[in-house]
Amino acid sequence: MTDLQSRPIPADASGAGTGGQGASPATPKPRPRRLVRRGVRHAIMIIASVVMIYPLLWMVVSSLRPNEEIFRNPSLFPISLDFSNYARGWESLAQPFSHYLMNSTLLVLGCVIGNLIACSLTAYAFARLKFWGRNIAFAIMLMTLMLPIHVVIVPQYIIFSQTGWVNTMLPLILPKFLATDAFFVFLMVQFIRGIPRELDEAARIDGCGHFRIFFQVILPLMLPALATTTIFTFMWMWNDFFGSLIYLTTPENFTVPLALKSFLDTQGSSDWGAMFAMSVVSLIPLFLVFLFGQRFLVKGFATTGIK
Amino acid sequence: MSAVGELTQMVSNRKKGGAKEKHPDNKPALVFMLPWLVGLLGITLIPMVASFVLAFTDYSLLAPPEFVGLANIKEMISDTRLHNSLVVTFIYVFVGTPLQLVMALLLAVVLNQGIKGLAFYRSIFYLPSLLGGSVAIAILWRQMFGANGLINQVAGMIGFENLPGWVSNPDTALSTIILLHVWTFGSPMIIFLAGLRQIPEMYYEAASVDGASKVAQFFRITIPLLTPIIFFNVVLQVINAFQSFTQAFVVSGGTGGPSDSTMFYTLYLYQKGFTQFDMGYASAMAWLLLIIVAIFTAINFFVSKFWVFYDD
Repeated sequence: MTDLQSRPIPADASGAGTGGQGASPATPKPRPRRLVRRGVRHAIMIIASVVMIYPLLWMVVSSLRPNEEIFRNPSLFPISLDFSNYARGWESLAQPFSHYLMNSTLLVLGCVIGNLIACSLTAYAFARLKFWGRNIAFAIMLMTLMLPIHVVIVPQYIIFSQTGWVNTMLPLILPKFLATDAFFVFLMVQFIRGIPRELDEAARIDGCGHFRIFFQVILPLMLPALATTTIFTFMWMWNDFFGSLIYLTTPENFTVPLALKSFLDTQGSSDWGAMFAMSVVSLIPLFLVFLFGQRFLVKGFATTGIK
Repeated sequence: MSAVGELTQMVSNRKKGGAKEKHPDNKPALVFMLPWLVGLLGITLIPMVASFVLAFTDYSLLAPPEFVGLANIKEMISDTRLHNSLVVTFIYVFVGTPLQLVMALLLAVVLNQGIKGLAFYRSIFYLPSLLGGSVAIAILWRQMFGANGLINQVAGMIGFENLPGWVSNPDTALSTIILLHVWTFGSPMIIFLAGLRQIPEMYYEAASVDGASKVAQFFRITIPLLTPIIFFNVVLQVINAFQSFTQAFVVSGGTGGPSDSTMFYTLYLYQKGFTQFDMGYASAMAWLLLIIVAIFTAINFFVSKFWVFYDD
């Protein structure tokens, strides 16, 4: 299995068509049949894509339409460019929507920093240091990956309500500084194992201790893993709902998901236009990260997913 | 190698023992591991134990916990809403996960055949799984499957007029959330695609030379060699599905309605613990969830011996 680890999957690996049932040189097909088959395959793919993406496109288009139109027009056309839903939605909660965007940004930022520091330190120890109880600790770490948070959330809540941290972001951010996101520890362990040990040894011969090896040799080389961690943490915390719902209780501390939820509570089913508009706003950062970070996302999934 | 695979291997290697390892790095390791150790104790293990103890108490945050023995468990045995929430969750997990994984596998296999525009299709299929957990998408779902929502508008155009709302009908509300789950098949699909790439092409070449059909190749080569990845996906998706919360919460407006048809177990737990502040009962429920998830994970690992094929 080591050969799989040391061969990181290239960014757009999961495709490119080398995985060959399609192209078998042994039985060349007559051209027209092949064309038909290819056409059918594309047709299936195009229909599937449209079905998958249509709700999203329709939400974006509808957010630019007057309210009554949303319940009448299932098509994407005509495209109107009426931004009044956005103006109304932005101001219709206790705070302007920018306030919630700011809160979510702070939350995400804290969590990203916490995960980057704590998970990389832990991963280095697991991947490179020989210490007492390492295998057991590693097994425990892998098991926490599968632990439902519900078994710890009640006592955690009690602890944080006694420290007076309920209705702050600390209960959401602090655990990240304690490497509780085992997924990223595992991802980084996998990555560090792929870095040649010769580099560490060369540094050690030059008199480096573990801290300098970590900061000056390993950390610069694991930038892709850090990027993957950043992107996933961003995505997950931007969407975080359960934890935020429990810990953030007053509107001025709400993050974007909670703001959208309170929108639903207050507006009921009346102002869908404004609700769609703010939903679209909340998805834009995710979409941008997806657009620019896709290769890290795919890679992250692929390297932790293999076997 | 995945977390699941690694854990399996560690368990099976344990008995072999082996040479005594030296531990030259104990001191630096303690420093590197310190955040994780503190987190393991303070954020995970101690709260786990505490929640186990709380399961035998009556506690509402206002007064100190009061020991009530097995009262919570007795109440759970007779709590019909809890039984209903288990049924709802089981339906969600055991209908939604297989559908999602079959979709993921099928599209991964088609995409892996060297189709033009692969990167484009892959992105389109992957995007929903990144957005699917958000409140925004749950809001969209609530509109789409409402009485005058997108789905009924389209249905009206093809002759099915005045259908009732899907999310307000107890018979169909859960299916809309299952559908949302299936819609997010992109992330297991990515894992399948990466796995398909690892299958050496020579197997297919050899099979073609021997005259094996594409279908035979799929069932005799692709599926067996992909079983470790299918297993990984099944384990993780089942664990995740048991913990689904956001979609049911938003689509039902936090109630689990109509008539508890979308009352997921986690949603009921949330209501007990954090709206009624019945912390003891919520803790008992949390432990039941842990036990259920553990049992199904154990079953998965046990059954895997009979169908998962490890090449090496």
